[in-house]
Amino acid sequence: MTTYAAERPLLPAWRGLIGFNMFTALALGAGGWFLGAWIGGQIAVGNDYLIATDQNDVGILMGYLFGLIGWLGGLGFFNYPVSRLLGRPATVREKESGGAARYFTLCTDHKVVGIQYFFGVGIFFFIGGLNAMLMRTELLRPVERAWPAGQYLSLMSLHGTMMIMMTSAFILGPFGNYFVPLMIGARRMAFPRIEALTFWLVPPAGLILLSAIAFGGIPTGWTGYAPLGTEGRSGMDAYIFAFMLIGLSLTLTGINLLTTILTMRAPGLTWTRLPIFVWGVLSTSILMALAAPVLIAALLMELMDRAANTSFYLTSSGGSPYLYENLFWFFGHPEVYILALPGFGIVLEILPVFARKPLWGYKLAVAGMLGVTFLSFMVWQHHLFVSGMNSGLRPFYMLTTELISIPTGFIFLNAMGTLWHGRIRFTVPMLFALAFFFNFLIGGLSGIFLSDVPSDVTTHGSYFVMAHFHYTIMGGLVFAFFAAVYYWLPKMTGVVLNERLGKIHFWLMFVFFNLTFFPLFAAGFLDMPRRVSTYAPSLQTLNDFVSASAFVLGSSMLIFIANLIYSLVFARIPAAENPWASRGLEWQVPTPVPLENFERIPIVNSGPYEYGVEGAPPTATLGPVAVPAAGS
Amino acid sequence: MTIPHTEVGPARVPRHWLRMVVIWAVLSAVAIPLIVLVLGPHLPPGRMTSEAGSQRDANTLMTALLAPIVVSVLVFFLYSIVAFRERGAAIVDGPPLRGHVPMQTAWVLFTSVIVVALAAWGSYTLIVSSHGAGGGQGPDPVAVPSHRSQDLVVQVIGQQWNWTYRFPAYQDVETDHLELPNHSPIEFHVTSLDVTHSFWAYQLGVKADAVPGVDNVAFVHTRDDGNFNIRCAELCGLWHGHMFQTGNVVTPVAFKSWISSEQKAEAPNLRYLPPFGRTYFPAPFRRAG
Repeated sequence: MTTYAAERPLLPAWRGLIGFNMFTALALGAGGWFLGAWIGGQIAVGNDYLIATDQNDVGILMGYLFGLIGWLGGLGFFNYPVSRLLGRPATVREKESGGAARYFTLCTDHKVVGIQYFFGVGIFFFIGGLNAMLMRTELLRPVERAWPAGQYLSLMSLHGTMMIMMTSAFILGPFGNYFVPLMIGARRMAFPRIEALTFWLVPPAGLILLSAIAFGGIPTGWTGYAPLGTEGRSGMDAYIFAFMLIGLSLTLTGINLLTTILTMRAPGLTWTRLPIFVWGVLSTSILMALAAPVLIAALLMELMDRAANTSFYLTSSGGSPYLYENLFWFFGHPEVYILALPGFGIVLEILPVFARKPLWGYKLAVAGMLGVTFLSFMVWQHHLFVSGMNSGLRPFYMLTTELISIPTGFIFLNAMGTLWHGRIRFTVPMLFALAFFFNFLIGGLSGIFLSDVPSDVTTHGSYFVMAHFHYTIMGGLVFAFFAAVYYWLPKMTGVVLNERLGKIHFWLMFVFFNLTFFPLFAAGFLDMPRRVSTYAPSLQTLNDFVSASAFVLGSSMLIFIANLIYSLVFARIPAAENPWASRGLEWQVPTPVPLENFERIPIVNSGPYEYGVEGAPPTATLGPVAVPAAGS
Repeated sequence: MTIPHTEVGPARVPRHWLRMVVIWAVLSAVAIPLIVLVLGPHLPPGRMTSEAGSQRDANTLMTALLAPIVVSVLVFFLYSIVAFRERGAAIVDGPPLRGHVPMQTAWVLFTSVIVVALAAWGSYTLIVSSHGAGGGQGPDPVAVPSHRSQDLVVQVIGQQWNWTYRFPAYQDVETDHLELPNHSPIEFHVTSLDVTHSFWAYQLGVKADAVPGVDNVAFVHTRDDGNFNIRCAELCGLWHGHMFQTGNVVTPVAFKSWISSEQKAEAPNLRYLPPFGRTYFPAPFRRAG
């Protein structure tokens, strides 16, 4: 194996901060912000529609744009194209060797990007969760007490947008990037530099979104509906710019993973031997590559409406709010399955390992995922049943929406068949995977109420919807995420996570998740609208109960962080190479995973779920292969 | 690099299917009557209008239909993880079952039938039996009551952050409170002056987005006297949660006397109002908070 460690003279520690890394990027990003804001100010001179307002949207947007360019330049994203332009030799692979410094800069190793995603997205996820805690504090009382109405609205919008932005790559970011090449027997992703870019767009997106606090907040929730978003203060610019960056990151992630899975599978890894998690990633990538560009387009038009005096969405000058609603949900509904499908992949990947049986109905599971992918582009107008859209179309969207529960049901059948006569062990990942099915059952079936138009007229825009999508996203995706964390982190970090703390985390999270969100179905049925900071006094007991449960749910996350710090920093018990006795190809490589993953490209002999099959060959041949004699 | 030694355990014999079906049947037999008879009469939104009644029926039927499905899945999961739990330290493999084509086909057919039946029944309610189920149908509704000309037309105008109502049959009077006559067909025309709101009259079973420049029509037929809550169901800015009013459904006689007193009280203000229209196009404005 090649080593890239170059011999260098020993330098003082501070010299390590100089060069292309996150700290240079932050400095250049801040400098770019001021430069851009100044240029934007010069553009605004003489434009009445900008001068007439108290906040110059062009200046703020130019600030973000130049800040982003400074950030990417500081990380070294322009070194390669510039070297090529100047005719100098350029490195295709960036900083793949070396110590902890790799994690703070542009690195093209998919394993480093996976770890970067895990911590980067995790930090913003916890900020979003903190917003939820602050919101539940406000909702202890039926009138505004803890926060003024405007601050509550901003907290709510920040929570929603941050969570959607970060959880979109919650599984594909850390685990897709880290494990897809390992599971398909590849040494890298198809586009390693783009892979690094998809991650390094996430921190500026998160920081820009948070900067909305300084510019008057976000009044629109995560949907950013048009006339309200157009009239909102400059915090909306932060929302638009940050969400566009995430849209770009998702598109690129989708294209990268799609290409990797289609073209870089090891010999012998036929479509029917592909791990089911990779099928989940493949379907999600299709959705990302096709849906996220629509989000960018929709937001770009909203940006133009705000900063360039166009009127795509302004009725009074010939535009239409419906244009935004349709474009947004054309992205927004596939987005819901961008969140759900990786979760399906994770739990179906984990169930066979801890039930010690082959995945029951493998082809049905693949059909289910592809069916969801296909149908998810045809259901978006169910978000607009009462909006005044063409009312003759409603039966069609009711049908397609209800049809999508058929492929989703396949996933449940796979799980049930896999558990049947299994040898089930309750490890922490298995507990999270089983809880996924409980939560998703409630989340999915409550969706049937929302897909039926007569019933949706009652529940649309109420807390029922809020409870429904928290059951599918938090109860589904986040539980699947933690299943993956407890399952795969030993391979990623090389240390064992504490099991006792893991079980405490699981039980607190599972019980108090349900105690938090189940009562909210009732709140919706009792006419409590979403996104309000004031509500009927008769619902105070219910809301207080929910808030109290939410605080315990929030503290369960602290137990996870404590576990992470304790296990990674203090205990550091080295993990076995294959602690779960899994047949997955990703478990057959050493821990820590070598830079090149495999000494030679493995040859896959059988599927990854051949548990209990007598005479099943090992999943793959990893070492040197004996060349068969001619004629054999 | 090698997988730890594993062995195939013997298959177990208890009659698992029979046990699960019995548990499922008992639980479902308890749950369904409870849902229909005890929970059903409390499900939203009530029976103040025909459309609200159709929504309550939909909510009741779906809860009753989904209960046995939830029970079946939960019973299977809980039974399996209890009956097939492995406590020993040694890792033992289960029987290599890969699938069962008749069972998979039956599952696909069963879920498809339920889903298509639900969609057909929902469409029937929506189009035929309840004239749009109280939802906003846009400017050209497809599910229209047969004697539409007899409807009482009420224009609902949303603006940040209040609702007002205009009655074209009563000299376009605009009121800030809503009363409706009982046993009458009502036609709401919902529009907005600024951003998108959603007119939600909970007990009436009405929800229709108020979109600037759009005339969003919803039909109901009042059946019962009483109060109803009016809220905004689409985020519209700072005081979204405060767009709350209480309206009343009263006898036709009481409605006539209320509307004529409103006409008297509002007569001096009428000349300041724009002429009645299906929509209003206000000047664009920005930075309203």
